[in-house]
Amino acid sequence: MPMISMMFKKKWPLFILVLPTFVFMSIYLYYPFLMNIFNSFNTINGLGTASEGLNTPFYLNYINMVKDPKIHIALKNSMIFMVCTIVFQVGFSVALALMVDGIGRKAEFFRTVYFFPIVISATALGLMFNLIFLYKGGMVNSFLSYLGASGSVDWKDSKHWLFTAMLPVMWQYVGFYFVIIETGLNNISEELYEAARIDGANQLQLVRFIKLPLIYNTVCTCIVLAITGSLKIFDLPWTMFPNGLPEDMSWLLGTYMYKQTFIASDVDYGSAISLLIVVMGVIFAMIANKVFKEKDY
Amino acid sequence: MKKKFSVGKAGTYAVLIFWMLTTIYPFFWVIQNSFKEKSAIRTQSFALPIGELFTLSNYAEAFERMDIGRAYLNSLVISVCVTLIVLILGGFTAYGLSRYRFKGRNLLYSLVVGSMMFPVFAVIIPVFRMEYAMNIVNTDSYLLNWLSVILPQSAGNLTFAVIVLMGFFNSLGLDLEEAAYMEGCNIFQTFFTVVMPITRPCFATVAIFTFLWSYNDLFTQMFFLRYEEYRTITLLLNQISSKAGTNYGMMAAAVVLIIVPVLIVYLFLQKNIIRGLTAGAVKG
Repeated sequence: MPMISMMFKKKWPLFILVLPTFVFMSIYLYYPFLMNIFNSFNTINGLGTASEGLNTPFYLNYINMVKDPKIHIALKNSMIFMVCTIVFQVGFSVALALMVDGIGRKAEFFRTVYFFPIVISATALGLMFNLIFLYKGGMVNSFLSYLGASGSVDWKDSKHWLFTAMLPVMWQYVGFYFVIIETGLNNISEELYEAARIDGANQLQLVRFIKLPLIYNTVCTCIVLAITGSLKIFDLPWTMFPNGLPEDMSWLLGTYMYKQTFIASDVDYGSAISLLIVVMGVIFAMIANKVFKEKDY
Repeated sequence: MKKKFSVGKAGTYAVLIFWMLTTIYPFFWVIQNSFKEKSAIRTQSFALPIGELFTLSNYAEAFERMDIGRAYLNSLVISVCVTLIVLILGGFTAYGLSRYRFKGRNLLYSLVVGSMMFPVFAVIIPVFRMEYAMNIVNTDSYLLNWLSVILPQSAGNLTFAVIVLMGFFNSLGLDLEEAAYMEGCNIFQTFFTVVMPITRPCFATVAIFTFLWSYNDLFTQMFFLRYEEYRTITLLLNQISSKAGTNYGMMAAAVVLIIVPVLIVYLFLQKNIIRGLTAGAVKG
C-alpha cells in the first residue's frame, strides 16, 4: 500500500480487531501444539487423566515408533497415498483442465459438476462407496456380472483394499485441483494465443509451449497442497476400513493416531504420531518447494 | 474460428463427459437405491425405483430408530456458530492486519500462515484435555457440548478466513473508507457500514466454506461428542450405519440424509464456493 491513511494512525482499535483472535488462537492452536510435543514425552493413559510423569527414557515413544510394525504399515500407506495423490489427482486434473480449456465452452458447467464431490462430507462418501463396492449387489459387482463376469470380487479383501481405499480419495479431490488449474489457464491472455497462431502453432504446440509453462507455478501449488492434504486423510478410510481392516493392512498415519489415542488409550503415543504427521508435512512440503522451484516465464 | 468436426474434439468431449458421469452417477445410484427394499438393491440395483419397487420404508426406519431432527439441530447450531465466530473474528483480524502498520505485524501474519500447517491431529489431544479439565466435554448440557466442538472448529477455520479476507481487503481501495472517516465514522462503523457491504460476496464465500467444513468434519466431532443425544447428523449416521450390518437400504438412506442439505446449499451458491476456493488456494 503506498500511503497509510490518517484514519489508521491511532492504534488502539487493534486491541479489539486483532487481539481477541490471537488470544483465542494461542489457547486453541499454539499452546496445544506445544503441549502436544511435551505430551509425547510423558506417560498418559487416558484422555482425561493427568500425566504420570516423563517416560523413561523420555523419548520412549520414538523408540517404540521405530519398532512398531503397524506404524511402518501406516507410514508406507501414507507414502503410497501421497505419491498417488500427486500423480492421479494433480495429473488427472491437469489433463481435464487442458481439455476443458481446449474446447473453450461450457467450462462453467464442467467446473460445477467436477467440483461437487468436494463439498460432500467424506463420511457420506465413505458410506456411499461402501455400498458401491458391496460384495453382493454393489454397483461395481452388479455391473461386472451384467458384463458377464462370473463370480463377485470382494473389493475389501487383502488383495483389493488398496485400490478400493484409494479410488474414492483420488476421485473426490480431482475437481478441487481441476478448478484451481482451470482458473490458471483462464488467466492466460488471448493475445499470446493469437501471436502463436500467427506463427503457425498447432493445438499441441499451444499446450506444450504456452499453456503448460504458464500453469507451472499453479501446478506446483497444487502439488504442495496435495502433499499436506494426503497426510490429513482420515474420514474416508476410517469409514470404509475401520480399525485397519483387513488384517491391520489399511492403517494410515491419521487413523492409526486416532486408534492409539482413543481405542488403545495410549495418549502419549498418539501425540508422538501426530507430531510425526506434522514433521512429515513440513519436510515434504519443503522438498516439493525445492524440487519445483517457482519459475518466471 | 471455423466450426468443424474432428476426432480430437469428439475424443475430448468423450473424456469430459465420462468424468462427469463418474461424478454424478454414484450419487444418483445411491439416491435411487435409498427408495428400494434391501432385497431389491441386491438383485436390481440399477433399476429405477418406480411402481412396485418404490418404498419409503428405509427413511421411515431411519427416522424411527434415531432422532434425526435433533441431530440436524445439533449440526445446525454448531456449524452456524462456528461460521459466525469465524466471520467476526476473521473479518476483524484480516482488516486490522491489512490496514494497520505496527510492530509485530509481520510476526502475527507469519503465525497465521504457519498455523495453516498444523493438521487438526497435532492439536486435538491437548485441546480435549484442556476442555476436559475445564469441564466442557462429556457433560450433560447441550450448551457445553455444542461449545466443546464450536471452539476447536472455529480456531481451526480462522486462519483460512483471515488469509482469504486479507487478500480481498488488500485489493480494495481506501477512498470509500476515508470518505466515511471524514463524515465522522469511527473504525468500527466504517468496517460495518462501508467495508462489509462492499466485500459481502467474499464474506459469503468464507461463510459457506466454514459452514461446510464444520458440517462435514467427522474427526473433531468424533473426538468431542461422546453421548448420543448431542451427536451431529454426520456423526450419528456414520455410527448408525456401521451398526446397520447388512441393512443396505438404510445405509443408502443415511447417505442421502447427510448429502441433501449440502446439495441444496451447493446448487444455490456454487459460484461463490468455487470463486472462494480459487482465491483461497492461490493466495494461501
